[in-house]
Amino acid sequence: MIAQGDSAEHEWVDEHAGPVVRPYAVTRGRARPVTGTFDLISLVMATRADVASESGLGPEHVAIVGLCQRMQSVAEIAAHLDLPVGTVRVLLGDLVARTLVQVREPRGTTAGLPDDSVFEAVINGLRAL
Amino acid sequence: MDFGPSERPAGAAPLPTAIKILIAGGFGVGKTTMVGAVSETRPLRTEEVLTETGVGIDDLSGVEEKGTTTVAMDFGRITISDDLVLYVFGTPGQDRFWFVWDELALGAIGAVVLADTRRLADCFPSIDYFEGRGTPFVVAVNCFEGAEQHRLGEVQAALNLDPVVPVVLCDARQRESSKEVLITLLEHAMKTREARRRAAGD
Repeated sequence: MIAQGDSAEHEWVDEHAGPVVRPYAVTRGRARPVTGTFDLISLVMATRADVASESGLGPEHVAIVGLCQRMQSVAEIAAHLDLPVGTVRVLLGDLVARTLVQVREPRGTTAGLPDDSVFEAVINGLRAL
Repeated sequence: MDFGPSERPAGAAPLPTAIKILIAGGFGVGKTTMVGAVSETRPLRTEEVLTETGVGIDDLSGVEEKGTTTVAMDFGRITISDDLVLYVFGTPGQDRFWFVWDELALGAIGAVVLADTRRLADCFPSIDYFEGRGTPFVVAVNCFEGAEQHRLGEVQAALNLDPVVPVVLCDARQRESSKEVLITLLEHAMKTREARRRAAGD
């Protein structure tokens, strides 16, 4: 059970313990994004390759831009960075306000189902997998 | 604040749209297994941290810790085409997280209710939920090894389902089988949409 060597000091914090920095510290106490709603499957893509030189961004902002060089959903960003979804929404709001990411809201967040062409595309896509 | 196309890298294609399907059912019925079977990536886990006031207080029964509650959701991704991405979310199993279900179900094109014939009643809350919301769903009976092979008609009767709701057998561990369940759901959702449109036109 006892881990050896240099890993021993981390032994009491396993992956279930969550991040050591509390989520509201990452967002500087903010619970809501400055702009946007960010569905779990809203798709996010960075508009710039590198934002490390931008002032006023935290390491998590920079990490999101890095991750979103390839398109990611809000849920994927949260999972990959091991941050709660609410925290990611706040950070994304900051990035949208600075036009550092673009966001595509999902289809059909309002009542009703998408049209047949979408269903057919998904069915054909699944069959082709 | 505006973010126009000028900010995007030159030549970038428009972002695809995303759609989602939910996988619901009782605890341990194989929701995450099915997510993993169809996902192109290993299933990811995302967490919502909720303050106590956000939780259904009536259902806590005094057993819940004070402060915050974490609700975990497992999900996977299937890239359908350049302009369409499908996400598959396993719903949190506990009834007291209905408000998380509300967020998940918003905009979902349909749901798979996974059932285990040994504990059929475990899927009742999921069925009630999707029936109440009008979300198209199918029931997929996960064939656990050694599980009694109920006839599907008996399951349909036991669940008191609308006869139009498909009930299928599946093996949630198998990609092909799980894919077929999703296709059955999509075909059912398409018919549901058509039926609603006709009803609205009358």
